[in-house]
Amino acid sequence: MKFKALVGLLAAGLMATSAANATELEVMHWWTSGGEAAAVGEFAKAFDATGDKWVDAAFAGPGEQARAIMVSRITGGDPMGAFQFNHGRQAEDLIEAGLLLDLTEVAEAEGWKDVVNPSKLLDACTVDGRIYCTPVNIHSWQWLWLSRKAYQDAGIAVPTNWDEFVAAAPKLEAAGKLPLAVGQQGWQQTGLFNVLMVSLVPTEIFQKVYGDKDAGVAAGPEVARVFEAAADAREISKNSTVQSWNEATNLVITGQAGGQIMGDWAQGEFSVAQQTAGDEYECLPGLGVVEVLSTGGDAFYFPKLDDPEKEAAQKRMAAMLLKPAVQVAFNLKKGSLPVRGDIDLSTANGCMKKGLKLLAEKKLLPDTNLLITPDTSSQITDLFAEFFADKSMSPEAAQERFVDIIAQAD
Amino acid sequence: MPASRRPNQLFRNLNAKIAAIPMILTASVVFLGGTAWTVFYSFTGSKLLPKLKWVGVSQYERLWNTKRWIVSIENLAIYGICMLILSFVIGFLLAALMDQKIRFENTFRTIILYPFALSFIVTGLVWQWVLNPEFGIQGIVRNFGWESFAFDPLYNPDIAIFGVMLAALWQGSGLVMVLMLAGLRGIDQEIWKAAKIDGIPAWKTYLLIVIPMMRPVFITALVLITSGIIRVYDLVVAQTSGGPGLATEMPAKYVYDYMFRAQNLGQAFAASTMMLIAVLTVVIPWAYMEFGSKKHG
Amino acid sequence: MVNPSLLPAAPKVVGPRGPKPTKAISPRNIMLYGTLIVVALYYLLPLYVMVVTSLKGMPEIRVGNIFAPPLEITFQPWIKAWAEACTGLNCDGLSRGFWNSVQITVPSVIVSIAIASVNGYALANWRFKGSQIFFTILIFGSFIPYQVMLYPIVILLREIGLYGSLTGLVIVHSIFGMPILTLLFRNYFTSLPEELFKAARVDGAGFWGIYFRIMLPMSLPILVVAVILQVTGIWNDFLFGTVYTKPDIWPMTVQLNNIVNSTQGVKEYNVNMAATILTGLVPLVIYFVSGKLFVRGIAAGAVKG
Repeated sequence: MKFKALVGLLAAGLMATSAANATELEVMHWWTSGGEAAAVGEFAKAFDATGDKWVDAAFAGPGEQARAIMVSRITGGDPMGAFQFNHGRQAEDLIEAGLLLDLTEVAEAEGWKDVVNPSKLLDACTVDGRIYCTPVNIHSWQWLWLSRKAYQDAGIAVPTNWDEFVAAAPKLEAAGKLPLAVGQQGWQQTGLFNVLMVSLVPTEIFQKVYGDKDAGVAAGPEVARVFEAAADAREISKNSTVQSWNEATNLVITGQAGGQIMGDWAQGEFSVAQQTAGDEYECLPGLGVVEVLSTGGDAFYFPKLDDPEKEAAQKRMAAMLLKPAVQVAFNLKKGSLPVRGDIDLSTANGCMKKGLKLLAEKKLLPDTNLLITPDTSSQITDLFAEFFADKSMSPEAAQERFVDIIAQAD
Repeated sequence: MPASRRPNQLFRNLNAKIAAIPMILTASVVFLGGTAWTVFYSFTGSKLLPKLKWVGVSQYERLWNTKRWIVSIENLAIYGICMLILSFVIGFLLAALMDQKIRFENTFRTIILYPFALSFIVTGLVWQWVLNPEFGIQGIVRNFGWESFAFDPLYNPDIAIFGVMLAALWQGSGLVMVLMLAGLRGIDQEIWKAAKIDGIPAWKTYLLIVIPMMRPVFITALVLITSGIIRVYDLVVAQTSGGPGLATEMPAKYVYDYMFRAQNLGQAFAASTMMLIAVLTVVIPWAYMEFGSKKHG
Repeated sequence: MVNPSLLPAAPKVVGPRGPKPTKAISPRNIMLYGTLIVVALYYLLPLYVMVVTSLKGMPEIRVGNIFAPPLEITFQPWIKAWAEACTGLNCDGLSRGFWNSVQITVPSVIVSIAIASVNGYALANWRFKGSQIFFTILIFGSFIPYQVMLYPIVILLREIGLYGSLTGLVIVHSIFGMPILTLLFRNYFTSLPEELFKAARVDGAGFWGIYFRIMLPMSLPILVVAVILQVTGIWNDFLFGTVYTKPDIWPMTVQLNNIVNSTQGVKEYNVNMAATILTGLVPLVIYFVSGKLFVRGIAAGAVKG
């Protein structure tokens, strides 16, 4: 079949020597942007080097489509070899139903407990003392990416924090630039709001709202301030019509927009465009206000398969994903931070180093994906999609709805 | 299956019954069984996987307290009513135009029909592109010097639904036109002659004589259009992803998003059940009209 | 419901029925053709935009307007869409899915039509107790959004051991094609003169004998309609193809989705448009080639209730 031949060709190109009886493992993921694909290529290369074969099954587009396929295939009894999920509570049900492979053995042999840093990431993979997933990276949301070119064109200094950024907006607009690029998708707008919450008000507010689901705090004056800031963001991004996050990033790369609030994966797009932090663009963790990072990330899960050979290959893959060299290569391309604290990242660029420093200082918060269910997060996403599209929706009204959602969350 | 009173009743027409097994299975196992299964699990707190955790009607309470669901229904109502009327009116007018002994009828008909060959995903993409405010129609008109011209239906929440409709009509009105044309061609020539002799104007002949005679065509078209409206999903996802905000959210998208994005099957099934009930209120009267009142050959 | 005597006879002459045309240039004709040309422009515009955009380079797209013809024609977007566009690690564009789509479409079209035509025949000529109830349920099924049935069918396919296989997908397509196709065939067979059927019965022909020797050969017009509808529907399907199969046999629409959704920085509109045209080519060609037969078939199948 044509497909197999092409996969073969691809694999042959990736590895010099291939074991004759390599075990093929199909890996499903939704990493399809330039930086993401380059990063996943590092995994494939490393896995093929062990003598097995990485069969790439990428699915572009909204995560729910990809998830529909993954869940259907697992419940349908014809699962893939491995799949990527956002780290956190998304896979709870699958683990409970016993559909995923227990990786405890691998974790013990490889000493994951000692090397995974922060250890919270491994906790999120653990149910009743057994480990069911491999965290592969740490992503943090709290970054403001700024285009030096945009500010130069407008003849003003590059802002160093959120307040300066908002204050500079009218001048950028006068210069025909978009002050803030926001992709018109709910998850991006929600992410932006959460970043504002982490950065602009004391960090325990974030913990209380999302961790303890404290509706009282969610209704309080601090969160009200965050909603005011979100309304500011809405105002200065009103001419942003792009959809996907990397289209928005591209506006920053090309200097059409002043900045974008987006997770560290945006870094990958800057490197694909061969830009250097400090020269063409700037990054401000925690919006330059409170330098704290939330640590979410991606993890790989392995459905149970009936084939012992495949199971062995799954375990080999799980072990491979956390090998130091693989972690370095993957994360440099992806723009994320490695999950091991014991590796040398001297080749990291300026922005990543800022992140590593915060990681070392343990200025960390858990990501919302670790705290709230997809159900709650989806309701919040709908709320912000509406808030950002409907200029007549007041911050107070939005906050009221937000409080309701938090009150119902579990 | 209906219970048979006499044993030989079951074997009467046996071949026809055997031949109809796929249909019987599809109707009973898939459509009825699937519906029952869905309704059943809508009373559970199933998340990513179906689970027997009873929660009573709380999924329904939540559903009707969710703004997005209410907005979806309103959107579907606006979209549905406008689509139904416009499909019929446009389809019929185009068919009547085609029926005027025109030259190049084949060419014109093909041009109107070809979008139907394209998927909704493709349709959504193309119209997203044509309606893009920077490059599309708005941009062009502005380039001609009319700086304040605004036509950005996909970016304006108030009219986004009509942007979707524009694309849906482009894709589907050809089929309605063909159905109507077929109906018009089925009208006996004598009727036109008679109308002419009686001095009835053409528009009156259409309205009072021809259209009532085309009832079967209208029913087929109605089934096709209505099922397309209730199922609308791909087009919205490809064109607007439900946005801006909630402006083009649809019930079918609510179902899908809750199944796999929110991982709340129970909620998705509650929404599904409401949709199924809505469908039943359409189908039952139809079936009654079709089979109930009298047997017809 | 409908008084049978009011039903028109099956159309013998398929041709325009309106008033006869008068002079070539008359106010009526100017209005008529003027309207038709405006209408045609609305329908052609998107296709024109697709073609034109797919032949431009990205720099030209960024500066120009979408309606302007390309200054410099390039086929690079087509090559990229067909053979080079990347999704994840696979950089072979749409070509990967083409044969899969063929493999899915051919058996699905045949099986679904075979089943539906027999259904329609049984419903029209061999009605049995309850047959109308099942037909009503089928029509009900034609209104059910696909998303609602997604999960139950995953479970169903798992239970019969066909999940993830081509056979399973063929079954799914047959199930969802059944309502409309059955309706079409039933209407068509009902419209055939009953004497045909009665004469064959008198000659002692049975259920299958009549079907294969009389009904099937006579159903060519409606067969054409069914084939066109099914080829289009199944070729364009995206949801079932992804959810009920594995990546080895994902149809071409999945690659289209991947190309369109995996942006590398900026959206490559030219590649997207080329991919769009390439994916739609098969159904488009079928429409352009057999459009006339389609209209005739519809006339034969849909006119009667």
